[in-house]
Amino acid sequence: MKITSQEDFWGGVMFIAFGALAIFIAQDYPFGTAARMGPGYFPTWIGIILVILGLMIAATGFKDKGQGIGRWPWKAMVLLSIAFIFFGWAIDHVGFVLAVFIMVTLASAAGREYRWKEAIIVAIALIIGSWALFIKGLELPFPLFWWR
Amino acid sequence: MDALASLLPNLALGFQTAVSLQNLMYCFIGVFVGTLVGVLPGVGPLAAIAMLLPATFNLPPVGALIMLAGIYYGTQYGGSTTSILVNLPGESASVVTCLDGYQMAKNGRAGPALAIAAVGSFFAGTVCTLLIALAGPPLAEVALKFGAPEYFSLMSMGLIASAVLASGSMLKAIAMIFLGLLFGIVGTDVNSGMSRFTFGMSGLADGLSFVVVAMGLFGFGEILNNLEKGQDASGRELLTKKIDHLYPTLRDLKVSVGPIVRGTAIGAFFGTLPGAGPTISAFSSYALEKKMAKHPEEFGKGAIQGVAGPESANNAAAQCAFIPTLTLGIPGSGTMALMLGALTIQGIAPGPQVMTQRPELFWGLIASMWIGNAMLVVLNLPLIGLWVKLLTVPYRILFPAILTFMAIGVYSVNNLDLDIYMTVFFGLMGYVFMKLKCEPAPLILAFVLGPLMEENLRRALLISRGDPTVFFTRPISAVFLGLTILLLVIMVLPAVRKRRDEAYQE
Repeated sequence: MKITSQEDFWGGVMFIAFGALAIFIAQDYPFGTAARMGPGYFPTWIGIILVILGLMIAATGFKDKGQGIGRWPWKAMVLLSIAFIFFGWAIDHVGFVLAVFIMVTLASAAGREYRWKEAIIVAIALIIGSWALFIKGLELPFPLFWWR
Repeated sequence: MDALASLLPNLALGFQTAVSLQNLMYCFIGVFVGTLVGVLPGVGPLAAIAMLLPATFNLPPVGALIMLAGIYYGTQYGGSTTSILVNLPGESASVVTCLDGYQMAKNGRAGPALAIAAVGSFFAGTVCTLLIALAGPPLAEVALKFGAPEYFSLMSMGLIASAVLASGSMLKAIAMIFLGLLFGIVGTDVNSGMSRFTFGMSGLADGLSFVVVAMGLFGFGEILNNLEKGQDASGRELLTKKIDHLYPTLRDLKVSVGPIVRGTAIGAFFGTLPGAGPTISAFSSYALEKKMAKHPEEFGKGAIQGVAGPESANNAAAQCAFIPTLTLGIPGSGTMALMLGALTIQGIAPGPQVMTQRPELFWGLIASMWIGNAMLVVLNLPLIGLWVKLLTVPYRILFPAILTFMAIGVYSVNNLDLDIYMTVFFGLMGYVFMKLKCEPAPLILAFVLGPLMEENLRRALLISRGDPTVFFTRPISAVFLGLTILLLVIMVLPAVRKRRDEAYQE
């Protein structure tokens, strides 16, 4: 047996994994009966259906011809995630200005070409622009710096 | 007829509400910002509305809705502008417009292409505004008689329709629906008070926020996708030729009348159906016009019918999507779900009762739809130069800006850092979905309907004492389920499947 369609096979595996996880976790919730559905009733059924659909999809991976998944842009994925997560942590700890600055300069490195001078200018422009729009204009209660 | 008699006073009330200076301003800001965002590549209507949602928190309910509706049409419109000028669809519904619109632009006929798109959209918008005004009240009346089984069946129909009409594998689309339902029920179960799938995180007690899921899947994931494909390198063939004559010739207008009218009809049909939407309408309209044309060989080489039809169709569908949303309280698409979310944030429970309890809101929104459409025509044509300039901004500058607005948008909803982390999770998931060719649109719809589905299933089975035949013995519910099964069967038929795949390939 050879996998002819990577995206179908792995897509199926993904649905099976989600379904199995749902069934497993929902074991902790009372199932109830059809007439009196417990909190576990709906998720368990969804999990079962997901596993069945996942199996069907994975099976087509041995039959249909796919285009392949291609390469993963690890650098962009990691950089963007870190930049975004940093913003979530930083906005409440070091304030809006630094949060945006570091997020933008970090994220810019995810692009094809990194021009650090340009990234800094973009970051400063974005800080001023979004400060005027969101904090001044829409009065969102973000602290600008860590000293509030 | 009752609906006809009350139409005029209702519309009068609507215009009274919408024409206030303040609301006109909200409408203007909405269409302007919407077009601006719609022009940007990789930011579709859904991400745009999610990004701009916090901007409406402090507005009065009518103003907030009017502005959001404006943003919605604006993004549709911005998408078609870039399709024609630079062969770059801002969102999926305007992919078809690229085919002939860009060819027209290359032949030096960008002006007429843009103008006919504007005229067609405006015509479709006008017809659909009237349609909503006429069909809304009687539909809401019917909806008031719906019980739990009817709602459950109706939602099933909408979800299956969204899967059937999605591009790509139908099996995957259906699996995405169930995944969406699963994400939808994360949080505290309203009946038992039990926390489900929260993994011990208190921030998830109220469930996953819609903005988080939408921004992750459609915002964050899209940026990754664009970065990988190398947006800058994709070579935007910017038309530097000056657009000198804007007005279509008499012949242009003549051949466009038919496509515009047919496109509007197609769009109105698909738009009203929960689950279907602008994209499928535009594709169907293009296919139909190609079949009906005297010279089908002109299609793909700059046939104006290929712009007029799909543009009318996608605008009609975008507009008519409000019908199920406003009358039944069931959103037909992710974008509509966001609009419902905005209503809820404003403290209004969506559903058929909105029309009677808050008539100024309902009719004001309808009137503003028409005003918004008119504004778009006036606004777009003179500002084309500005939109084109915007496209010359390289992506390496654009994506950090989009990321910043996303971050601020997500964080401002709850001021919760967990929301930001979850957005990253869904962003990476969204990218995986793209890689695995799983269309995320059905997931987002199911995500919104998840809790509603569970609640209505629970109620229906409670009434019937656990007997599942209740869905087939109640006539309205049986009709919905019958249609659902019919949809599924039709799509499994090989002939139809092939045609559907062909339609998407063109």
